[in-house]
Amino acid sequence: MSNVIQYILYLAILVVLAIPLGAYIKKVMEGEKTFLSPILTPCENAVYKIMRVKKDEEMGWKKYCASVLIFSGSGLVFLFLLQLLQGVLPGNPQGLSGVKWDLSFNTAASFITNTNWQAYSGESTLSYLSQALGLTVQNFVSAATGIAVLFALIRGFQKVKSKGLGSFWVDLTRITIHVLLPLNLVIAVALAGGGVIQNLSPGQTVPLLEPVAVNAEGEILDHAEIDLASQTVTVDGVKVEGAEIVTEQFVPMGPAASQVAIKQTGTNGGGYMGVNSAHPMENPNAFTNLLEMISLLLIPAALCFTFGSCIKNKKQGVAIFMAMFLCLAAALAIVAVNEQAATLQLAQEGSVNLSMIDQAGGNMEGKETRFGIASSATWAAFTTAASNGSVNSMHDSYTPLGGMIPMLLMQLGEVIFGGVGCGLYGMLAFAILTVFIAGLMVGRTPEFLGKKIEPYEMKWAVLVCLATPIAILLGSGIAAAVPEVADSLNNSGAHGFSELLYAYTSAGGNNGSAFAGFNANTVFLNLSLGIVMLFARFLPIAGTLAIAGSLVGKKKVAATSGTLSTTNAMFVFLLILIVLLVGALSFFPALALGPIAEFFSSIA
Amino acid sequence: MTAQKKNAFVNKKIFGRAVKDSFLKLSPRTQAKNPVMLLVYLSAILTTGLWMTSLFGIQDAPAGYTLAIAVILWFTTLFANFAEAIAEGRGKAQADALRASKKDVEAHKIPSTGQKDSVTNVPSASLKKGDLVIVKAGEQIPSDGEVIEGAASVDESAITGESAPVIRESGGDRSAVTGGTTVLSDWIIIRVVSEAGESFLDKMIAMVEGASRKKTPNEIALQIFLIALSIIFILVTVSLYPFSVFSAKQAGIDNPTSVTTLVALLVCLAPTTIGALLSAIGIAGMSRLNQANVLAMSGRAIEAAGDVDVLLLDKTGTITLGNRQADAFLPVGGVSEKDLADAAQLSSLSDETPEGRSIVILAKEKFGIRERRLSDAKMEFIPFTAKTRMSGVNFGGNEIRKGAADAVRDYVIQKGGTYPGECDALVRTIASQGGTPLVVAKNHQVLGVVHLKDIIKKGVKEKFSALRKMGIKTIMITGDNPMTAAAIAAEAGVDDFLAEATPEGKLQMIRDYQKKGHLVAMTGDGTNDAPALAQADVAVAMNSGTQAAKEAGNMVDLDSSPTKLIDIVRIGKQLLMTRGSLTTFSIANDVAKYFAIIPAMFVGLYPGLSSLNIMGLHSPMSAVLSAIIYNALIIIALIPLALKGVKYREYPAGKLLSRNLLVYGLGGLVTPFLCIKGIDLLLVWFGLV
Repeated sequence: MSNVIQYILYLAILVVLAIPLGAYIKKVMEGEKTFLSPILTPCENAVYKIMRVKKDEEMGWKKYCASVLIFSGSGLVFLFLLQLLQGVLPGNPQGLSGVKWDLSFNTAASFITNTNWQAYSGESTLSYLSQALGLTVQNFVSAATGIAVLFALIRGFQKVKSKGLGSFWVDLTRITIHVLLPLNLVIAVALAGGGVIQNLSPGQTVPLLEPVAVNAEGEILDHAEIDLASQTVTVDGVKVEGAEIVTEQFVPMGPAASQVAIKQTGTNGGGYMGVNSAHPMENPNAFTNLLEMISLLLIPAALCFTFGSCIKNKKQGVAIFMAMFLCLAAALAIVAVNEQAATLQLAQEGSVNLSMIDQAGGNMEGKETRFGIASSATWAAFTTAASNGSVNSMHDSYTPLGGMIPMLLMQLGEVIFGGVGCGLYGMLAFAILTVFIAGLMVGRTPEFLGKKIEPYEMKWAVLVCLATPIAILLGSGIAAAVPEVADSLNNSGAHGFSELLYAYTSAGGNNGSAFAGFNANTVFLNLSLGIVMLFARFLPIAGTLAIAGSLVGKKKVAATSGTLSTTNAMFVFLLILIVLLVGALSFFPALALGPIAEFFSSIA
Repeated sequence: MTAQKKNAFVNKKIFGRAVKDSFLKLSPRTQAKNPVMLLVYLSAILTTGLWMTSLFGIQDAPAGYTLAIAVILWFTTLFANFAEAIAEGRGKAQADALRASKKDVEAHKIPSTGQKDSVTNVPSASLKKGDLVIVKAGEQIPSDGEVIEGAASVDESAITGESAPVIRESGGDRSAVTGGTTVLSDWIIIRVVSEAGESFLDKMIAMVEGASRKKTPNEIALQIFLIALSIIFILVTVSLYPFSVFSAKQAGIDNPTSVTTLVALLVCLAPTTIGALLSAIGIAGMSRLNQANVLAMSGRAIEAAGDVDVLLLDKTGTITLGNRQADAFLPVGGVSEKDLADAAQLSSLSDETPEGRSIVILAKEKFGIRERRLSDAKMEFIPFTAKTRMSGVNFGGNEIRKGAADAVRDYVIQKGGTYPGECDALVRTIASQGGTPLVVAKNHQVLGVVHLKDIIKKGVKEKFSALRKMGIKTIMITGDNPMTAAAIAAEAGVDDFLAEATPEGKLQMIRDYQKKGHLVAMTGDGTNDAPALAQADVAVAMNSGTQAAKEAGNMVDLDSSPTKLIDIVRIGKQLLMTRGSLTTFSIANDVAKYFAIIPAMFVGLYPGLSSLNIMGLHSPMSAVLSAIIYNALIIIALIPLALKGVKYREYPAGKLLSRNLLVYGLGGLVTPFLCIKGIDLLLVWFGLV
């Protein structure tokens, strides 16, 4: 019962915070005064002056799109070269060598696409310069790019018979300066206050409270008896030769809180530590966990309300929000129930206590005891609903169906809130598909928010909606046929297939979370996953902008009682149905070979 | 439209021709026009190829199974062809009839209207725009034209199917004639307005035959959606092969998936149902419009008709019955009602207008006053003129006049009589009720007022309220003064009216509505309607109207019926609804097909997946066969629906949506589960699997 209250509380806090933030973003983007304008607007204007940006430029969709591509493209090249050359660049106290070309490409693609898939371990691969100048910058601007594209689309709905979609440079600057920077400042300070490390000290070595023994291969010995005096290790009375006793631990340090904030709010997900927010320095307690978890979905949820008020139809914003929210709640419920119930194999015919008395119960494998089932399941649902990808538990260890839902949430095209900006514009493309079919059923050629949906919009809308399934199916289909990929797997059988599918799903959804256990750092995987990420990011961006460019030139059709309502429960239901249908029809066979097969064999 | 034509819905001849056409349409060029069905076509070729290679020992799947799949796929393609062919059939039959009436005739060309006798006979095909032709009784009109002199009764049954002749005369709004129709009496001189091959009849033949049928924007948009779905399903099935190989290797067994089964899965998943019926739906929509005797100049116009939300309706003929009729005699100053009726009847005896006739009839019905013969008592009839605005009769020293209130008042006062205030009050009351008052005076003394009333057609009020629920606004166009118009508008239940309508007024009104984002439909016949017709989104020109009006409109109503607009909107909506409903049905079907095929494919790999076989299908092979047989048969089963269109109801959008969603969405989900199970049982019953 207390768990159910926890789930409801998490969702309630999210909604309560998203509404005012949504209103704030609207003000910022429409150039209205906010309580922060006195400080931030001069900074904004200074940027325009230095960069020679015309503040009132109205770009056509092609120019807007070209600006996005040039900006992201140069980010890609810069990031690629930065990693390649980090060995000879300053800001590299550990003396790390240059990153291999394929990994550099993969990482660059990953960060400019807001995916933050990491085929490497940050602390042992990237220099401080690469982290700060490369990744952190992209954490901010890739998020801002997504929101900017969303606003171009919003203007397509707002304006009537005009041409311009606003200026990409202005949008990018406004979002970064007025929204992302102040929001993350607040969150970073709160996280630091909550115990997340934020310092510039080098890593520290601390003594262990209880020494640990490892064998010659470095594996921890269970039930070992350690005699510190004689430096001998015995297991079950037998002396282990070559065993080593570990008495000290290396504790990494660094400016984590500030990184973690943007990692969460910008739906980036690339962790400061290797194990992401499961690490006690990155996410030490219930308070920081709550804060990080809410930050995951805060901006994507707020943008729904921003959208509603921008198009002067708040109900529409709420309807889109409800469609996303209901899917999220349902997904969360399925994960929660499956994780709590665990599996027959885990229960070992009753010899393992899975009850909730005095413990979290259920399937705790791969989860942190300080978070338990509720906070882990919620995080898993949130991070895959948003295309974030940060984790506080290992999805690989979830029950078959509990692990399938996060995968499905990504496969739906990351539109259940999704990435900042891109989740909502993806969902709006689904809304266009929905009104197309539903509109026909009421005997009218389809229209959405007063704009007629014609072949041109349909063409791009289907590309936006199908980019993710196409990328995932094509990528994983090819990967499954490449013999060496099997070597990257940690498991065999259906679960092994799930690992492969999860990797491409994560890339194709621009999510970035990993189904741990999959060794992704090979040339083939680096390249193919990188291409999948780029495809799934930029095809929808081009499509969204093309739709915006066409809509902005159209007249507005009057609404009558013969017009299909896009704000009522029926529409919300239909929208959910279309999203699920496209996702389910695309992935049912693949899922049947992975988690579904695994599920049936686990109950057999 | 004659009953005979309607019954020809699916007659034997059309059916036979459609079967033949289904095979002719197997040519790759025809198939390439429909991408979804092209996929099925290619799949059929691929599986046939696989079967042939299996005969030489290179087996993908058991040869008999591959052959069965190939045969079913060929049938699926044929069924789709048949659907299109049968939809075209009706149009082709109509086109044949039209072609029969389009004979090359001899035209009597004349140099000018002044030289009617210097006739040169030329073949009608050689006529040029602007040529003058004289057509006499019994002759066929050689080309589309405008009557510039004379008047004649014309038999237009070849085009309209209506056997009653119509009058065509120079000047006015009935001046257009169509090539292929026949002059029954008198003669006319026409100016040719179209060259050979571009005449109305040519266009009509092309339209009904579907030869000039271009895909409409909405059809293209839907096709894009269907192609996108097909592409995704191609990727699903193609990627499934390596997935299956990968999983089999992991499990250490042979790959259980055959190309044949993957092709079957692909065809089942692709939106073949709607893909096969899409063009049939479009053609059938056009055909329904033709049956309503409306000729659309483009398919786009029918779609626009579905979107229309403002209808401009002419009062006369649409809302009210033809003309005003006498409703009551209201005497003043102690005159008896019967005396008033008597005088009114006398003054109307020679009045052949419908109003005049109705006064005579009302007097007869109310007081049994017989019609007197016109030759009685040396009657001198005074006809109505625009100047006096009165008509009447002088007989036996009596002078009876009836006319508009102000005209009669002037006349009475001028002649020294008095115009009673009581009469003024009556006139105002009648006018405020939307009626037309006619004041009757005898010997410069006002007897009373005749109340002429517009008779609202039966059922229009309900019709308009149904339209309103669908979000369609009705606007009455009338030449009446605002007060009269308001009263009729209120009685008929229209949403708005335009009184004292002028062509400029109509045009302005259309522009205003369009500016507010509405789509406007109107009917018109006169030359002065042309600008408004050109501006309207859906413009229906009456066939009886002028050439200018016909050219400005995007549809022509062959019956020239003012209520046609409402039918056109219905047909447009029905067309779109049919498309949407069958698309929903087609996609919803996929769920059941997955549950049939996926467990069948992988049960060898993961025996646990047999739990997904919720239909309890006999064997993997019977499951795949049942699914694909269902997929083919459902096309045939839905052809009647595609041709007739889904049931049309005048409901608001929300209600329509939930209804259609329930029927075609939920129906589409459940039906295949039942049918596939049924087919599976039959296959087992006949021992085929």
